[in-house]
Amino acid sequence: MSNKLIIPCLIVALVFGACTNNSDSSQNSSKQSAADMVAEGKPEVAEITAAPKVPAPIGNRPPKKLIVNLETTEIEAVIADSLKYTFWTFNNTVPGSFIRVREGDEVELHLKNAANSVMPHDIDLHAVNGPGGGAAATFTAPGKESVFTFKAINPGLYVYHCAAAPVPMHIANGMYGLILVEPAGGLKKVDREYYIMQGEFYTKTKSAGLLEFNNDKGNAENPDYVLFNGKKGSLLGANTLEAKVGETIRLFIGNGGPNLTSSFHVIGEIFDNVYVEGGTTVNHNVQTTVIPAGGSAIVEFKVNVPGEYVLVDHSIFRAFNKGAIGKIKVTGDANPKLYKQGGF
Amino acid sequence: MQTLNCTNKADSSFYSHFKMKISYLLNAAILIIFCCASSSCKRQEEVLTSLQKEDTQIATSAFATNVKMQEIKGGYYKPFYSSDSDALIKVEPFLMDERPVTNAEFLAFVKANPQWKRSAIKRIYADTTYLHNWVSDTALPKNALPNAPVTYVSWFAAKAYATAVGKRLPTLDEWEFVAMADETSINARNKKTYSNNILNLYLIKNRQYNAVKLSTPNYWGIYNMFDLVWEWTDDFNSVLINGESRSGDYNDKNLVCAGSATSATDVLNYAAFMRYGFRSSLKANYTISNLGFRCANSISNKTK
Ligand SMILES: [Cu+2]
Repeated sequence: MSNKLIIPCLIVALVFGACTNNSDSSQNSSKQSAADMVAEGKPEVAEITAAPKVPAPIGNRPPKKLIVNLETTEIEAVIADSLKYTFWTFNNTVPGSFIRVREGDEVELHLKNAANSVMPHDIDLHAVNGPGGGAAATFTAPGKESVFTFKAINPGLYVYHCAAAPVPMHIANGMYGLILVEPAGGLKKVDREYYIMQGEFYTKTKSAGLLEFNNDKGNAENPDYVLFNGKKGSLLGANTLEAKVGETIRLFIGNGGPNLTSSFHVIGEIFDNVYVEGGTTVNHNVQTTVIPAGGSAIVEFKVNVPGEYVLVDHSIFRAFNKGAIGKIKVTGDANPKLYKQGGF
Repeated sequence: MQTLNCTNKADSSFYSHFKMKISYLLNAAILIIFCCASSSCKRQEEVLTSLQKEDTQIATSAFATNVKMQEIKGGYYKPFYSSDSDALIKVEPFLMDERPVTNAEFLAFVKANPQWKRSAIKRIYADTTYLHNWVSDTALPKNALPNAPVTYVSWFAAKAYATAVGKRLPTLDEWEFVAMADETSINARNKKTYSNNILNLYLIKNRQYNAVKLSTPNYWGIYNMFDLVWEWTDDFNSVLINGESRSGDYNDKNLVCAGSATSATDVLNYAAFMRYGFRSSLKANYTISNLGFRCANSISNKTK
């Protein structure tokens, strides 16, 4: 094995602990082998979850046939304080349900469009190899259902979104979510996993207390809100994320956009591992990671000191003026060796 | 602007109790559309056979309606899509119903043509949600206004209705030509207020339950182009913006706005894009909660 191969192999081993094909674990061959994996057994309905929860890890299981049910809806929900916004969603939440599969899984995706929708919708999953990432097969009129099947062959964390015309409007209204494709053997076990997705909203007042999409602001890339999980305060107060001292936290972070790139940062923490852009490369000791619109990252960090840790888009006006702020509360014993008030 | 009162009377000599045999030619046309729409021509022969057998299914009996028709003088218009940015489409003068077909009218049609009742309809002509909100075959939905637009009707049903009243569905070009008008002008496309209004209307849910003719008519005296329901057109699937709405299909048809608006005036294109997108998601037997129709007619037909 040449030096050139050793490094990628080590990375794959580090990331997924799955460098089983000793001699030829290059990207292409692992992709090939995932495509050849056989998904056996009867199709099962996949567990999917609303943010910030994620479904159970895939662990050691072999490839399966999974059925994923998504419904596109157009609903009024609180965006900030007492204001509502007309969101377009997958499964009534922004972001849409988290989908968790493993490489080699075959996924039969059912996209239902609610009968009371005004618009047709579809889905483009960035985890799919095929036309439109599924959009070409799922354009669905109100009250109808489309089905398409794909095999997940590239491990990573991927954005999915609606790609119906006009695309910017569907995404700006909240039609995005994440799908995780775990490598064979699964990601390394951690203590806590959470699902966070950033997205910005361009609004105008429709009636008292109700906002709706503002195309001009979207076009100018000048949002009124930049939010985690589609709502101001979705990770604050009673919704604050929790962890205990000594635990390792993994965040699956996506950015729905539609326009802005996120500079994701946790105040008071350093990311031990960042799966850069949600892919296979792992970076270490990262302060702030860039998450492009239509992209993702997986970040992992061990919390050592009790207290409140603030999640922000470090393009900082967005955090303190437009809503891109959340919290993790860490409880447990103080750790003066690492952090204390006062001098030696 | 001339206003014609085109009441279709059941006792008019020409239309009185006629049974219109649909020719095999029309059958073939329906077949082609159905086939294209269903994206699978595997069962072509099967469908053809059943359509031939079902000849009487689409035959319709006349009944009375009193919707006013307006004369649309016609002219040229620039389509939303175009292979040539300067290309103009000529729309001949025609007549258009001033409002969508109502619940009460469709009920009368179903009573006169029992083969179009919910319990009698063949699946190839309408899917499972055909009139599914009705209380029974001949009773409108609970709390529905008789003068609200009928919905949950397929393209086949809309066409049959139009035939029964001696009319036809408007073509996509006719519909879009009328849609260019605001209250005071034939072509308001460049007015931002007009464009914004349409987009705002499109975002309102459950507007299909409102009565017809409560809003202001446009230049032609036509009501409810945008504020109640999406509407079938005769050739609804002649311009397809498929699910992959960012693909080269844009370039194929040179859709003016593609997915991305570049200026404030493109708000109009957003509304038009939504309309074409909606039509593209349809198949001829689909029935949908916010999809209705209105009738049109050629002027030559009426002067006979
Ligand atoms: Cu959508």
